[in-house]
Amino acid sequence: MADNGDEDSQYRIKQGDYVVLKRGNIFKAVQIQPKKKVIFEKQWFFLDGAVGNFYSTTFEIVSGALQPQKLKNTDNAKEAGTDNRNIVDDGKSQKLTRDDIEDLKEKGLEGQEIIQHLIDNSSTFKDKTEYAQDKYIKKKKKKYENTVTIVRPSCRILAMMYHGREPGKICHLRYDTLAQMLTLANIHAGSKVLVFDTCAGLVLGAVMERMGGYGSVIQMYPGGEPVRAGMESFGFPAHFHDMLHGFPICRVNALLAGTLDTTAKDPSAGRACFFFSLLKLSEMFIALLFPEETEKLEFKKIFYVFVFVLQAQERLVKLEEKRKKLAAAAALLEGRNADGLVIASRFHPCPVVMGLLPFLAPSRPFVVYSQYKEPLIECYNKLKEHGGAVSLRLTDTWLRHYQVLPNRTHPLLLMSGGGGYLLSGTTVATDRAKPAGSQRAEEPAPKRLKLTDTEG
Amino acid sequence: MSFVEYSDFIQDGDVAIVYLGHESLMPVKVQQGAQTQTRYGVIRHSTDLIGQRYGSKVTCSKGGWVHVLHPTPELWTVSLPHRTQILYTTDIATITMMLELKPGSVVCESGTGSGSLSHAILRTIAPTGHLHTVEFHQQRAEKAAEEFKEHRVDHLVTVRNQDVCQDGFGVSGVADAVFLDIPSPWEAVKHAKTAMKRQGGRVCSFSPCIEQVQRTCEALADQGFEEINTVEVLLRVHDVRTVSLPLPDFGPDSSAQTEPDAAEKAPPASAPVQTSVSLKTTTPPREIPGHTGYLTFATKPRT
Repeated sequence: MADNGDEDSQYRIKQGDYVVLKRGNIFKAVQIQPKKKVIFEKQWFFLDGAVGNFYSTTFEIVSGALQPQKLKNTDNAKEAGTDNRNIVDDGKSQKLTRDDIEDLKEKGLEGQEIIQHLIDNSSTFKDKTEYAQDKYIKKKKKKYENTVTIVRPSCRILAMMYHGREPGKICHLRYDTLAQMLTLANIHAGSKVLVFDTCAGLVLGAVMERMGGYGSVIQMYPGGEPVRAGMESFGFPAHFHDMLHGFPICRVNALLAGTLDTTAKDPSAGRACFFFSLLKLSEMFIALLFPEETEKLEFKKIFYVFVFVLQAQERLVKLEEKRKKLAAAAALLEGRNADGLVIASRFHPCPVVMGLLPFLAPSRPFVVYSQYKEPLIECYNKLKEHGGAVSLRLTDTWLRHYQVLPNRTHPLLLMSGGGGYLLSGTTVATDRAKPAGSQRAEEPAPKRLKLTDTEG
Repeated sequence: MSFVEYSDFIQDGDVAIVYLGHESLMPVKVQQGAQTQTRYGVIRHSTDLIGQRYGSKVTCSKGGWVHVLHPTPELWTVSLPHRTQILYTTDIATITMMLELKPGSVVCESGTGSGSLSHAILRTIAPTGHLHTVEFHQQRAEKAAEEFKEHRVDHLVTVRNQDVCQDGFGVSGVADAVFLDIPSPWEAVKHAKTAMKRQGGRVCSFSPCIEQVQRTCEALADQGFEEINTVEVLLRVHDVRTVSLPLPDFGPDSSAQTEPDAAEKAPPASAPVQTSVSLKTTTPPREIPGHTGYLTFATKPRT
């Protein structure tokens, strides 16, 4: 193995890596940490066995630990029937009982071996058609295989994971809809993008992945703190975080009005700390003046004061950092020259887009996601009224998976009912004075239906 | 201006997109002294375009007006001159995400065709990635190379005029992703494998016919590709409309006759009777694209 060790090391799983556990179409994002137990598909195991192996390795779960899977043996051609006219489903074809199977599991048999036992003990297996046999084996594999593959996180994988596992957390944003958003908003390296995301940070992470660490992303967030869990699961290198900024939406109006003050230091916190320390010190002096207190207690008091002052300092430093970050984000926004706007949230999209659109430069794309269509209809009409946007389109995508097998090709039986809706458009320079009627109607006039003579 | 980087002001030599309204777009090569005819009149490049901000409104000679937009791959896709059937944004977006393209990705593509997908790939892989695109038709290959240069993305792409099924992509062991949009993709699968990095990568094949998909999936499985998966994506557009629905007239309200005395004393309220209700809704277009092609994705494992 004449591998260039350095080159390949970036393809190996390391401690601290953010990875995704995969079995078929089931995914789970975890972080590799020593002695950490994880649960995946009803099985508990430690991840330590994975470290050092290449990404996309498949492991067997053996006694709560991971071992790289041995090569699979190919299935031998078996005796098969032609159709199911004589197969009676009486529930008695499998001779192994549930207890027998449990015994096999306890003996530590591999999934494949258990499946072989099931086949050997099935009275109807040899009568099934080849296709039915394939289907049977696939079904048993899904049930009894105890393998897990560890893959690198990516937008594709995480979007599928969230949609399959916790769609509620991402406002039921389907992964193909997310794909459309990233392209329609022209997300690319070197631009300045605004993101309003209450989808656990998945959309934020997807945008950052497409920017590759170049340019800047400003996450507008409701409430006190931005949610970035989904973004963390991408496992971005440290320098990606340097391009990420946050700005609370409760300060947007102040920023737009020019009244946002990011320079004044907050004196109240410092003052509070000072007075508290003074109080503690005076307590200490009182204790000293009345020496019935034991020495130990006095020492304790000094120690507590010391710790308290340290914590106060830390709090001040944190506040200062927060202020600096806010000022940096405000500076990026003030120019009102952002290159793209992506909105995906549980909030009513209309006020969000109207509130954030002013930060975009002219001739730049924006995309708004909503789980429901009606709020976007409102947005569309508001934007038309307000002006400043062209090429408005309300769309959704229809996604269908296919099974492609010789003589068995067809769409899958179930498909996703809905993946949410998108409103996309491009900003244009707004006129100062907008006389009514100067807007060219984009809606063709509704056609008057011709009534036949018989209708009233 | 470039297709991979925004700029604010229109300059001589730029390619700008003129938005005429109603989803009607027109690419314009900006040149000193040149003129462009539109249905609203003439646009004079030197006065109306050069030096103006992208996104500005431009009044044409007949008095009508248009907007001038900065080019993006999406605007290019719906305004470019077709030399072949092209891929539209819906499929392009799905392909981009499912192939895991991002800045720095090295991609192999065949056929180049009219360059619709190529521009989108270049936008996504810039500034550090590279696109190797193969087109067996000489004029199309030349035209594509010309456009890449005009659009200031030629440093990110290499165009090769050869048959991918015979000669492959011209590179080996470098690609993170391979895309095939050719009549016989199964013949190119082994070349795709060669072009891809040893450590693995993603492949996608676009085919309009299910028979092509079947043969391609077989070839992918034979070559050891995993996670083979076929999907199709369709776009549904919702046209926002204000509609007015008339209300039926069932005659005067019969409940007013139950208390004749009260009716005599209190004159009937002269509230105006509503004849119709106006509401904002969406309607689907009369015809929508029902099929573009099947997208088959697969992963090349480490070899």
